[in-house]
Amino acid sequence: MSLDTVVNNASGGGPGPSGRRPAGDEGKRGPSRLSARVLPPWAAAAAGSAGLGLGLASWASGITVIGLAPAVIAALSFFTIYTIWTLSVEGRRHAVDRLATALIYAAAVAALVPLVWILVTVLLRGLSVMSWSFLTETMRNVDPRKAGGGVFHAVIGTLEQVGIAALISVPIGVLTAIYLVEYGKGRLAKSINFFVDVMTGIPSIVAGMFIFTFWILTLGFPTSGFAGALALSILMIPVVVRSSEEMLRIVPNELREGALALGVPKYTVIARIVVPTAISGLLTGVMLAVARVTGETAPLLLTTFLAQDTNWNPFSDPQASLPTFIWDQISRGTEPALNRAWGGALVLITIVLIFYAGARLLAVRYAPKSR
Amino acid sequence: MSTAVKERQAGGGAPQIGGASIHPADRNFRWLVIAAGVTVLVIMAAIAVFLVVKSIPAITTNSTSMWATEQWAPDSDPPSWGIAVLIFGTLWTAVIAMIIAMPIGVGTALFISFYASPRLSTALGFVVDLLAAVPSIIFGLWGLYFFMPQIVPLSQWLATYFGWIPIFENSQDLYTKSILIAGLVLAIMVLPTVSAISREVFLQVPKGHVESSLALGATRWEMIRMAVLPFSRGGVVSAAMLGLGRALGETIAVALILSAVFEINWQITEPGGNSIAANIALKWGEAGINGRSALIATGLVLFAITLAVNMTARWIVDRRKEFSGAN
Repeated sequence: MSLDTVVNNASGGGPGPSGRRPAGDEGKRGPSRLSARVLPPWAAAAAGSAGLGLGLASWASGITVIGLAPAVIAALSFFTIYTIWTLSVEGRRHAVDRLATALIYAAAVAALVPLVWILVTVLLRGLSVMSWSFLTETMRNVDPRKAGGGVFHAVIGTLEQVGIAALISVPIGVLTAIYLVEYGKGRLAKSINFFVDVMTGIPSIVAGMFIFTFWILTLGFPTSGFAGALALSILMIPVVVRSSEEMLRIVPNELREGALALGVPKYTVIARIVVPTAISGLLTGVMLAVARVTGETAPLLLTTFLAQDTNWNPFSDPQASLPTFIWDQISRGTEPALNRAWGGALVLITIVLIFYAGARLLAVRYAPKSR
Repeated sequence: MSTAVKERQAGGGAPQIGGASIHPADRNFRWLVIAAGVTVLVIMAAIAVFLVVKSIPAITTNSTSMWATEQWAPDSDPPSWGIAVLIFGTLWTAVIAMIIAMPIGVGTALFISFYASPRLSTALGFVVDLLAAVPSIIFGLWGLYFFMPQIVPLSQWLATYFGWIPIFENSQDLYTKSILIAGLVLAIMVLPTVSAISREVFLQVPKGHVESSLALGATRWEMIRMAVLPFSRGGVVSAAMLGLGRALGETIAVALILSAVFEINWQITEPGGNSIAANIALKWGEAGINGRSALIATGLVLFAITLAVNMTARWIVDRRKEFSGAN
């Protein structure tokens, strides 16, 4: 037996990570065969087209099995053909492997479908009402049954509320992360760590309800954009803490030790060395947190209420925001109002995506150079 | 991250400077960061206290049982309201969402971790995270006007061919605004959570386990089943729990999609059902003083449920790390 055959045999008996084996003995049949039989590389495509063909046939002829849609028939017949084919050629283990591979691919595709669908829908419906006046006008004196009006007041409200929420939660969040990473020891750190996790899971409507009972009912402050910002910061703090913590932890300890060994006070080490080293990661985390709270609707419904005109002052009177604007327009139920809701959705998703893309760009641009 | 790991890193790595001869500014900074950390504790305590205090009036004036009553009239005289319907709807929609989201989310995470090329897996990870950035009101809007019409045929099909299973039965012959549709939209919304956490867990599977199983001749699926899944079972369970926590607390999308019928309804293809969070959003504006207090009481229950779910999830993660992280 030549070395070549031995190698071939070994690799044939133990399939590589892809489940595909070198088909060196493709022509051979019968007992002299040294490697296991394997499906041709075009097997998946062939089974796929067979499934597609059956689906098309069902669609064209109108014949179906227990009322299944043609697309479902196509998918099911693909899985069946592919599995049975593998089962007959490669055996049970490889049939299971190929079926699992196909299903996992299908899961990844299934996860993509809604995102694409939503983005395309928002884009198409939103663009149909988008205009300069939609961006610069408010809903003041606009008849809900007629077209016109715009989102200017809501954009101002959203930017102010999210800005204030960031001003509140970034210092608290980053300092808490510094405490957990640089100082945290013992029971206090443990419980803070635990309650940050718990805080991450607070339903947004509960955050809104808390601010309403605490800030508006108990302390007697008016309904305002600021109250909404307080509710948003409850949702934002844990996100900022977690992301900042992660970033501070990857700052190499040698930097801290070197500075401390030179006699630099600890707070200076943190302020001048640790934080600047992690700054791009910290900013990325903050921007992601901002992107996350920008779309929050429920807490704002309870704290800022609805407004139809621009309210520049976030500290008194109801203030509009993009999510509550969309909610308001949907609840009016007329065709023009619904169009405005889609327009608002496009503006909102654009703002969120700008924050999101900015965060990613920052992360890539200023990523620490690999050593 | 478990506290044990954290302490090792902070305690063992960053040198602690003790003694009396530290700068006053150093001491002040220390107090500042402790104060920030304590703020988190204060906020959490305040949320619990205020929800309890503000819900007591409605609970004490309720003329019927808070748990058993199947109606919502906290502002009538005598007030009568119950939370059974809401708890049922909240759990039922969330459970359906998880049944759908778990296989797809874990499958996506497996694809990203073990099947896709590095470039594709980075891109796909980014895209799945993007799904998490879509605001819930947009999910609601899309779900109501674009997704629902596509799901109605599915509901009809389920009712026609599987109507003999009680939950698919549809006696009203109406298929919109159902628990199934709300559950599907929730499934899409929790998908990024499930997939991101599962992905993180799969990353921690020791490379040695993966490679040795492949070297022993396992197919890729056998490698996943025998090396990856046993190692990450705890993590995947906690991903499910955290996803469940999100699904339970989701407000706006459910409020837009479900037709708020105040009755316990097992039939998932029929219109009807309600959830705690959606009920708060819908009833808050029109509620009187006692009505708001009753809504706060339901919010307290929701807070308790999500707290329990999230704490269980964290507990599972920590336990797993302590016992199997060493490998």
